[in-house]
Amino acid sequence: MSRVTKFAARDPGPAARVSGFLAHLRDNGLRLGVAETELALAALTHIDASVPDQSKGALRAVCTGCKEDVERFDELFTSYWMDMGRVRQKVVPTMGDTAKDHVHSFRNAEGEDMSGSGDASTPDGGDGDAESDGTGKLVATETQNLMNRDLRDLVQPKDIAEAERVARRLGAALRDRRSRRRKAARKGDRLHFRKIIRQSLATGGEPLSLPKKHRPDRARKIAALCDVSGSMSLYAQIFLAFLAGLMRADDKADAYLFHTRLVRITEALRDKDAMRALARMSLMADGFAGGTRIGGNLSRFADTYAKRFVDGRTVVIILSDGYDTDPPELLSDALCRLKKRGCKIIWLNPLKGWRDYEATAAGMAAALPHLDHFAAANTLEDLANLETELGQL
Amino acid sequence: MAWTNLQSDLAKQDYVASDDLSVALHLALSLGRPILLEGAAGVGKTEVARVLAAAKDTRLIRLQCYEGLDASQAIYEWNYQRQLLAIRAAGETGKDVETRIFSEDYLLKRPLLAAIQEEKPPVLLIDEIDRADEEFEAYLLEILSEFQVTIPELGTIKATSRPIVILTANGTRDLSDALRRRCLYTYLDYPDRHTELAILNARCPDIETHLGHQIIGFVQKLRAEELEKTPGIAEMLDFAAALMGLGVADLTADPAVLQATLTTLLKTQSDQANITTEVAQRIAGKAA
Repeated sequence: MSRVTKFAARDPGPAARVSGFLAHLRDNGLRLGVAETELALAALTHIDASVPDQSKGALRAVCTGCKEDVERFDELFTSYWMDMGRVRQKVVPTMGDTAKDHVHSFRNAEGEDMSGSGDASTPDGGDGDAESDGTGKLVATETQNLMNRDLRDLVQPKDIAEAERVARRLGAALRDRRSRRRKAARKGDRLHFRKIIRQSLATGGEPLSLPKKHRPDRARKIAALCDVSGSMSLYAQIFLAFLAGLMRADDKADAYLFHTRLVRITEALRDKDAMRALARMSLMADGFAGGTRIGGNLSRFADTYAKRFVDGRTVVIILSDGYDTDPPELLSDALCRLKKRGCKIIWLNPLKGWRDYEATAAGMAAALPHLDHFAAANTLEDLANLETELGQL
Repeated sequence: MAWTNLQSDLAKQDYVASDDLSVALHLALSLGRPILLEGAAGVGKTEVARVLAAAKDTRLIRLQCYEGLDASQAIYEWNYQRQLLAIRAAGETGKDVETRIFSEDYLLKRPLLAAIQEEKPPVLLIDEIDRADEEFEAYLLEILSEFQVTIPELGTIKATSRPIVILTANGTRDLSDALRRRCLYTYLDYPDRHTELAILNARCPDIETHLGHQIIGFVQKLRAEELEKTPGIAEMLDFAAALMGLGVADLTADPAVLQATLTTLLKTQSDQANITTEVAQRIAGKAA
């Protein structure tokens, strides 16, 4: 018990301490409102609040909302309540503290940290550039070293606006027609009984008009994985603009970058300010224009994010040239596992637009049997032209 | 303490609840809040509801969610055939027949409506909420906060009792923040060795101590392997039952029998291919 934090003498009481704790959680990125403070206090009256383990359990049940929160909660709890007997001066944070603009970005910075640490556990297949031997040759003459370059130099706001338009049209083309729920419609394949009964009342039980219902179209979810390795840097500009546009056009879409590591950039790209979104993305894309590990990254994607975000209504779009330093079996195995989740997989390869292109890269050849669609794309126009083909998937 | 009472009530029903889960359930009961349980498949999320209903001696009403689940399957639906017959049979028109056919007699109650109309608060289990689509989630929010259902033809039906609501999810998709906020939350993980042994002893009381330890050790080691589908608690219990049924006293005794009983633990073809007889023997050897 000696570890329990001592509060300053002018501390106004337990209620203020608890609300101070919730503010502490809020500052650390948990999404909590005023109602939770009330609920937390109510919860503490139902257990023995003087036993740390019990109050920890109670506050955890109230304040957390997902697995990630739960994992961080213990640490946050300890840092607030079990501060080694040190005196905590400020219990109630000032208003300005929580309302400050930086809170938002702080939260997101945390998200970056998390994805960064997750990746650190997967060993890199070597050291960056050295791996891309051979693969970088195709564009070597035109490529600067983008290792330390800011993505903002690459992507212009007008590109994003254009990409947003393309992404919106693509999203509209990708409709799913397999809903089990039905809605009232003028033309449909089933009778709308509720309406029929209602309307037949007016005609003495004779159903004269027969309203119908049909299956409504469902939007498909897009998960885009963009290769930003050395061999792709020539096309990165277009694809990144496309991702940024996609995120702004479709609030269910999901985006990832990969080179030697896989990074989820969905949250960063949702930033209201398009240029700030890119700035945040460049922070994450550390190692940009290095080597490629397509197989390893896709396999990691299939094992982690895909389990949460990929389902039967998802279209996985992979933007890559297929030059992989991982063994091709890894790639085909990862795609096979992805495929089992019921999603459609589309591979857009900038090289396919070349004359006499054949999928000679081992990785690409291994991937082909698992793809629903394999197309060329190296400009925004190409992406826009995909509309009709994707509609038929 | 009240939550330890709850924990021992659950234990009487052969359910070993961790302290965290017990505190959370106790709070859900005393604050009247729904509780959201998340965790991998086979850690006993659904079982909590069944056991809680048994412990409270009340009804369990279960709503299994699936893609495309809509109000007519979850809340209520008019019995159209009966309505049609009633209109024809009566031969009357206008107000009379309208009030008659849109009365409760002609209403088919689905789980959510049934749950709020019970005399004694039932346990309402909304299973795999993440399989239902977002529209349904939004509808659920309304019911969970107000505990009332509005039927246009009939008016608002208020809850006669507030059900104990348990939602489960295993991450098919992300749930909305709004839903998470309304619920208390507990993440159920695979149990540790000690807890799992307690579960095994509760469910299979006549298992021998030595074999029990071996089974738990084996399953825990197996979870650490790279598997497509990690075996849950239910699988562990099946495994134990299979071994007891075959009269096995020691896991390492007969490799062929062990391999044959692995079908209760490994549920995909590639997992079965990965855990060969040698691997199984190695794990069993370590577990002993």
